[in-house]
Amino acid sequence: MDAHPEKHEHAHPTPGLYAKIGLVLFVLTALEVGLYEATYGETAGPLAEHLRPFFVPLLLMLSAAKFALVAMFYMHLKQDSRLFSGVFVFPIIIATVVIVSLIVLFAYHYSIA
Amino acid sequence: MATTVAGHPHAAPVAAHAEKTGLWSWITTVDHKRIGILYGVTAFVFFLIGGIEALLIRIQLGAPDNTFLSPELYNQLFTMHGTTMIFLAVMPLSAMFFNYLIPLMIGARDVAFPRLNAFSYWVFLIGGLFMNASFLFGAAPNQGWFGYANLTSRQYSPGLNVDFWTIGLQILGIASLAAAVNFFVTIVNLRCRGMTLMRMPMFVWMSFITQILLLLAFPVITVALILLMFDRAFGTTFFVPAAGGDPLLWQHLFWIFGHPEVYILILPAFGIVSEILPVFSRKPLFGYAAMVFSGAFIAFLGFGVWSHHMFAVHMGPFADAVFALGTMLIAIPTGVKIFNWLGTVWGGSLRLTTPMYFALGFIAMFIIGGLSGVMHSVAPHDLQQTDTYFIVAHFHYVLFGGSIFSLTAGAYYWFPKMFGRILDERLGKVHFWLMFVGFNLTFFPMHFLGLNGMPRRVYTYPAGLGFEFWNQVETAGSFVLAASFLVFLYNIFVRSKRTTAADPWDGATLEWSIPSPPQEWNFAELPTVHGRDPLWEAKRARGGSLPEPPRVSGAGIHLPNPSYWPLVTAIGASTVLIGIMVGFPWVSIAGGVVLFVGVYAWAFEPAH
Amino acid sequence: MTAHAHALEHETSTGLDSRKLAIWTFIGSECLFFATLISTYLVYKGKSVSGPTPAQILEIPLVTFGTALLLFSSLFVVLALYGAQQGRRGMLIGWLGATIFCGAFFVGMQVYEFTHFVHKGLTLKTNLFGSSFYTLTGFHGTHVTIGVIWLVTLFILALRGKLPPEKALNLEIAALYWHFVDVVWIVIFPVVYLMR
Repeated sequence: MDAHPEKHEHAHPTPGLYAKIGLVLFVLTALEVGLYEATYGETAGPLAEHLRPFFVPLLLMLSAAKFALVAMFYMHLKQDSRLFSGVFVFPIIIATVVIVSLIVLFAYHYSIA
Repeated sequence: MATTVAGHPHAAPVAAHAEKTGLWSWITTVDHKRIGILYGVTAFVFFLIGGIEALLIRIQLGAPDNTFLSPELYNQLFTMHGTTMIFLAVMPLSAMFFNYLIPLMIGARDVAFPRLNAFSYWVFLIGGLFMNASFLFGAAPNQGWFGYANLTSRQYSPGLNVDFWTIGLQILGIASLAAAVNFFVTIVNLRCRGMTLMRMPMFVWMSFITQILLLLAFPVITVALILLMFDRAFGTTFFVPAAGGDPLLWQHLFWIFGHPEVYILILPAFGIVSEILPVFSRKPLFGYAAMVFSGAFIAFLGFGVWSHHMFAVHMGPFADAVFALGTMLIAIPTGVKIFNWLGTVWGGSLRLTTPMYFALGFIAMFIIGGLSGVMHSVAPHDLQQTDTYFIVAHFHYVLFGGSIFSLTAGAYYWFPKMFGRILDERLGKVHFWLMFVGFNLTFFPMHFLGLNGMPRRVYTYPAGLGFEFWNQVETAGSFVLAASFLVFLYNIFVRSKRTTAADPWDGATLEWSIPSPPQEWNFAELPTVHGRDPLWEAKRARGGSLPEPPRVSGAGIHLPNPSYWPLVTAIGASTVLIGIMVGFPWVSIAGGVVLFVGVYAWAFEPAH
Repeated sequence: MTAHAHALEHETSTGLDSRKLAIWTFIGSECLFFATLISTYLVYKGKSVSGPTPAQILEIPLVTFGTALLLFSSLFVVLALYGAQQGRRGMLIGWLGATIFCGAFFVGMQVYEFTHFVHKGLTLKTNLFGSSFYTLTGFHGTHVTIGVIWLVTLFILALRGKLPPEKALNLEIAALYWHFVDVVWIVIFPVVYLMR
């Protein structure tokens, strides 16, 4: 069934905005790799020891930021109907619960084995 | 409130849309009503096959140390009985009702993607045939419907049995996922004017929640089956203990799917009963909003309790406690539903028709099943119950006493709409009592046997353990149950009577506002509703009843074209998977080519 | 049929296009698919009893380049979509071509990587790392490949002038799938390659 053409949102992103987001994504990726190199790489200096406990949380935050940028701007969720965001976010929540539960269940399982 | 046909000048309809007849019209159909009937007939045949498998099991268990079935054949029969009943009977019977009713109840002409709908059916048919073809090779699945690793590894199951199962289920999963996307979009997007979400019939709500469960749960088993298929076909080590693999991972992944799956099996049944009770109590459903939210809550919670199937695997007290508590919590929204059904019936002007008998029977039987379920949730007590007949009793009470009773109620209720024939009332009641008595005789004693120690999945038991008497009762009961289905078949094929009444039951929802059976386009004009129970509202406004809706020519109504590409695509997709088991990689590649052609032809053929 | 009735025939309850809703629904479902594969990888991390470990096999430079390409491909497809919606055929074709190039390169990089790892002694069967690594990244790569085929189809349509602004939704839907595939890689890249 065809819907009438999609209503145009106000403040439609411009190619310029898209390009800027692309640059930010590139920088975030560089930061991820840089963080890795600084903590575990061959070029890791004295800072590496201090970074280790923060490594996973920092990395996850960087990827989450990239994820959010692509979802909100490239996939248009920021401007589109909230329904699309709901249809995407709800499964992500369930997915996160599944991943975390399995990690916990198996970590626990092995620790008492 | 345009539930009647306003202003149509056609007296003698000129067929603008020719009535489609013949085999080819069924093969190329994209009409949700025809697809619904295809699902129903196919599922019913598989249900009878599953029933015969059960009877064979019951014959074997009717006496101690019996030699009617070999242990190997017994394993195949109980595996196929479970797999068939869940995936080839209850789910597609629900799909029959999703297909037939959802567009009608929301005032739409068809589902959002009619060809995708046809695709789902054909994939289901191929998957069901494929899995049952295993019997021809003497290699029917034999590892239990839950296929625990590492019994399912190549090492311990070298034959084709497990492959038929993994690939068959994978094929069926495609059908379910495609249908779930379709019905989700249909319910969100194709509701008629005025039908807000909180005005939808309860069956549509429960179906909607079921589609969400399907979308979230099936990918998990898809991956689990991939891991198993890869272990068996390509030598990966996911469930190989010697390589560090953990068979428990299978159990977790399977039950993360498996628990939502049981809600997938019961929520549509809840929906059906929620339609039938109000009509035959002449009262609206009690607590509509509570019914919606409790259904959603059950589904959501259902994702957090999967390891209650694993209390005996030593997950540790913390995990056990979390899952036990979650499981107990689910009893609350379930209880809300039961009280609301009772509240619907209470004070109503009851008409005890056959659908009403089955709906009331559903409530009683489901309560029993729910109670034993709550007993399982007490983890220490489950250590005694698990792997015994006590569990078998529980799930048959909820799946048969629950789902099947409800689906049967729905069959009697909607039969006149679907086929223009009404089933005989007296025979219907004979069916009910035979089924009720047979069902309880077969499954109630399993509670006793289970608590007295009879294990599940054993092909026989020795004499002298005290199991003989109840097993004999159960076997006798299973034949009474079988007789009830013979009565049902007799009713359908011999004693049903033509009816042209659009609204034989004084229904509340939109499907009763159109002819029986409906014309291909469903509604002459798409309706507008102003509240729940739109037909009761319309009848009240008119001071009684509505005139019979006329059959119209359908001129000017745009219908999707029939197509055979869904069938071709289904064959391609299934062949890709089947090729993993036989003739890899060439069969899979051939399947891929057919799939590619099917998808492109489908995408580029004009839909209208 | 009255004009009013005709209008009813084509509207949707939400005002949103059903096909766009369908692809989002599918994407939501696929989140669980990849979550399960990622969980399997994480559960088995460090549990292999033998064979090459991630530290011994995984190489950062090439995959980082592929990651960057995939990220840029998301930018390129969004620019192509802008071109399609604005009726700027040159913009559409150019950026769509760039997207396809990046996607195909990514797949190529993965094929090269897999071949290289096999030579270094890591196959599907070698150990848990091999099994879970190839399965997770292989299914992702398959999704990318399907995306490339889909985009090539649209590219050909665009070349033939069959992707006017009225049909831009077709590209939008493919682009949403493409972004999803990119977003999954945004999760896989650090989890597999950077967390050892």
